[in-house]
Amino acid sequence: MNITNNFQISFSGLKANKLRSVLTMLGVIIGVSAVIIMIAVGQGASKRISDQISSMGSNLLMVFPGAGQGAVRGAGGSVNTLTLDDAEAIAELPFVNYVAPELSSNATIEYEGQTWTAQYNGTTPDMQGIRDLSTVSGSFFTEDDVADTNLVAVLGKTIVDNIYPPGVDPVGTTVRVNKLAFTVVGVLASKGASIGGQDQDNVLYIPVSTAQKRLLGVKYVRLINVQTATADSMGYVQSSIESLLRDRHHLASTSSDDFNVRNLASVLETAENATAVMTMLLASIAAVSLLVGGIGIMNIMLVSVTERTREIGLRMAVGATEGNILGQFLVEAMVLCLSGGIIGILLGVAGAKIVSVLAGWPTSVTMFSVLLATGFSAAIGIFFGYYPAKKAAGLDPIEALRFEK
Amino acid sequence: MPGKITLQLKQIRKVYTMGEHKIFALDGVDLTFLEGEMAAIMGSSGSGKSTLLNIIGCLDRPTEGTYILDGEDISDLNKNQLASIRNKKFGFVFQAFNLLGRVTVRANVQLPLIYAGMDKKEMEARTKEALAWVGLAGYMNHLPGQMSGGQQQRVAIARALVNSPSLILADEPTGALDSKTSIEIMAVIQRLNREKGITVIMVTHDKDIACYCRRLILLKDGHVVEDTRLDHQRDAAADLAALTEKAEAEA
Repeated sequence: MNITNNFQISFSGLKANKLRSVLTMLGVIIGVSAVIIMIAVGQGASKRISDQISSMGSNLLMVFPGAGQGAVRGAGGSVNTLTLDDAEAIAELPFVNYVAPELSSNATIEYEGQTWTAQYNGTTPDMQGIRDLSTVSGSFFTEDDVADTNLVAVLGKTIVDNIYPPGVDPVGTTVRVNKLAFTVVGVLASKGASIGGQDQDNVLYIPVSTAQKRLLGVKYVRLINVQTATADSMGYVQSSIESLLRDRHHLASTSSDDFNVRNLASVLETAENATAVMTMLLASIAAVSLLVGGIGIMNIMLVSVTERTREIGLRMAVGATEGNILGQFLVEAMVLCLSGGIIGILLGVAGAKIVSVLAGWPTSVTMFSVLLATGFSAAIGIFFGYYPAKKAAGLDPIEALRFEK
Repeated sequence: MPGKITLQLKQIRKVYTMGEHKIFALDGVDLTFLEGEMAAIMGSSGSGKSTLLNIIGCLDRPTEGTYILDGEDISDLNKNQLASIRNKKFGFVFQAFNLLGRVTVRANVQLPLIYAGMDKKEMEARTKEALAWVGLAGYMNHLPGQMSGGQQQRVAIARALVNSPSLILADEPTGALDSKTSIEIMAVIQRLNREKGITVIMVTHDKDIACYCRRLILLKDGHVVEDTRLDHQRDAAADLAALTEKAEAEA
């Protein structure tokens, strides 16, 4: 008697009651696939959010004008407090790698009669380092372009695709941005969509001075991106920016900040925590259905033991030990759970794919969730199979043989 | 003729306690069986004949007394050891056949071999041999439900003899069969006893069946009240031939 025999016996037992076996498995199938889909959706969302946040740049501090979080998109006068000089002063601080101010707005881009609406982003060449921008053609504009307020532009892929005929290299051509002629100096590599689903390629970068003076006629910038040298120095740089700006803006010690420094790492952490909680919540709801599936298995195993009392008696009469009988029913419960588990995994993976296609929501099926579901279903098989199996093994062979259905 | 002692029961008692009452299902049974015997145990219901057969077959344990099987005292063995003895030394034949309905004849016959831990090739060979021996060579892949009662009981006999036991214990083996089929089954059992030298102990309430044996043990209220040699053992094969002749003559 060995484990192979146990499997043979279990399979023939399960095969003999196909419909019942499948219905019993259904509980586990639904439970396991629910767990996998839920974790996949949760982790997909989490992965996407963190990818997007880190694609904005690592070790990134963002300095917004206006007081407090709520005023970031606030109205009117209070949002005009940051200037290019502030950005240059921040660049002088220790542990600061890159400083890129941003001033953006929408504009109509036109090339040889083809028009397209896109966002222009007035910034400095440091933006390349912060956003990890690279060019597929030409190059980014230079510090000199910023200093000289040159009319040069670096185009995102979406713009190129929409206003240029295929096969034309935009570098060296002239586009009109709100009727103003810009020379194209570079084309950017694609970045994909942002957190909000916004196309990050539908953008063109121009020198910040050009945006201020030639396009908008303002002296402020919308925000300043600051990349620190290391993750550890972020806190230090944040407080030095705060004291520097208070000083530069001549704020009395009683008045509050007219700017607001946000740490992207803490934003990322908050977002990750939120999605982790969501994932756990979804997974635990799914786990409840797995538990219900397990109870279903125990129920059926108990019925099966009662139904097969005579068989158990006979097996004992021809030499099965208690251990053999225990093994037989345990293996049977485990085969039910594990095959349910495997089918559940396949359905779960397929379901996760369907969710991401239908809902446009990214999913990621991880090895962890597959192992978790498999382990869980095996554990359920053992846990809920043990009691019925023990009951079977404890039968008295004479009574069992005499048992009338 | 048989000579060596195969099993010995000394002062076997089986007591069931029902509340205050003690019921002596067996009350001091002394019996000795020799190798190659063919014995029938008879008695009215409640006489303890089934209990005695269960104790002999190691399915049950006596409350008191000594049980010596092939020279070894097995009175104090644990459940697993008893399971192993049942597997190696005994073959069981039941009134209700007790075949597994959902699996093939082959799987049914192989059952004791699986628990004996035999390898597949030998299992297959032994199963074939046992089925051929009971005259059901072509029925390996049948399901028991597709067979007649007599055939099912022969499958059960094949199952009982497949692991080459030294004893076959039969509890009313013909109880569920008509008289002609009963004689057929008795012919198989007699052949088993004569050709293979297997000791047969059977419980029956039917005197006609008991006279195919060579020894008759009569139980009453847990005591052996009669233990006689039957000098004129009937030959089931001959009876069967006579029956067939008679049927042909009538036709």
